[in-house]
Amino acid sequence: MSKVIVVTSGKGGVGKTTSSAAFAAGLASKGHKTAVIDFDVGLRNLDLIMGVERRVVYDFVNVINGESTLKQALIKDKRVENLYILPASQTRDKDALNKEGVESVINELKADDFDYIVCDSPAGIEKGAFMALYFADEAIVVTNPEVSSVRDSDRILGILQSRSKVAEEGGTVKEHLLITRYSPERVEGGDMLSKEDIQEILSIPLLGVIPESGSVLQASNSGNPVIMDKESQAGQAYMDVVSRFLGEDIPLRFVEPEEKKGFFKKLFG
Amino acid sequence: MGLFSFFKKEKKKNTASLAKERLQILIAHEHSDTSTAAPDYLPKLQEELIGVIRKYVKVDDNAVNVKLEKGDNFDVLELNITLPENN
Repeated sequence: MSKVIVVTSGKGGVGKTTSSAAFAAGLASKGHKTAVIDFDVGLRNLDLIMGVERRVVYDFVNVINGESTLKQALIKDKRVENLYILPASQTRDKDALNKEGVESVINELKADDFDYIVCDSPAGIEKGAFMALYFADEAIVVTNPEVSSVRDSDRILGILQSRSKVAEEGGTVKEHLLITRYSPERVEGGDMLSKEDIQEILSIPLLGVIPESGSVLQASNSGNPVIMDKESQAGQAYMDVVSRFLGEDIPLRFVEPEEKKGFFKKLFG
Repeated sequence: MGLFSFFKKEKKKNTASLAKERLQILIAHEHSDTSTAAPDYLPKLQEELIGVIRKYVKVDDNAVNVKLEKGDNFDVLELNITLPENN
């Protein structure tokens, strides 16, 4: 039984594409056949983050319009087995997406035995974002510890539970909170919302916390999903997220400030 | 100066707790807004009502106030029409 998961946030720049790439690559690396779809028509970037930008021939809109087959448009990842990327169109706009077209692509992926279909949503609450969430069974809401991001997450949660297909049919979309760009030091200093604060405000279950980390930029620079950087804290935190999503009970890591070396420790330690 | 700013800083509330407080108020407010979201026809209804009333009484554009309140089992449509004083 395939599952459709939307990675969404409302606000832009919080790490949706980074998280989609990492999450999809993580699921695939654990042996699940996974497709990740870029819904940001006109501003595609998933291809770049995944390092497959030079292999894009056909895209999501071509498939919807019948200009190519799904097989032609899907890019098979060369690093991770079981991972496929469906890029967005760069030359069209978001109106090129429609419910029927998106549904037919998702159904074809389901029929092709994909275990997970990860939908990378564009920012905003307009057509592209709506299409990305409409067919979702579950949602990963990416939130930064910052007021505008938390507010937008709340807004997108409302839309998920009122306008998605599952909601229209009287069900509920399973929600997961993913906090990114978290700085335990700043939380301790009292100048950043804590994971408990955010959870209390949004009241949805916490799937994981990704620490602010230079390795995310390094990963995007080189076109490798950050989850493949097994040395980095962000990479490890994403792998924990995937394991938790798959039902493992794993404690949070990298959420406490690293022990500061005191003057004497620095001198003698 | 250094001493003063030190004490000032001590007094300042953590910005994180300020952020949390503001968000909680805002989101509670936004939720109540969506639950009593006015239907699309209210502005049109208001406009037409003004038209009807104007046939008989000279009233201002903002003399008619239309509000919808949601109750548990029923909604209340409240019409508030302010008539001019010396009519």
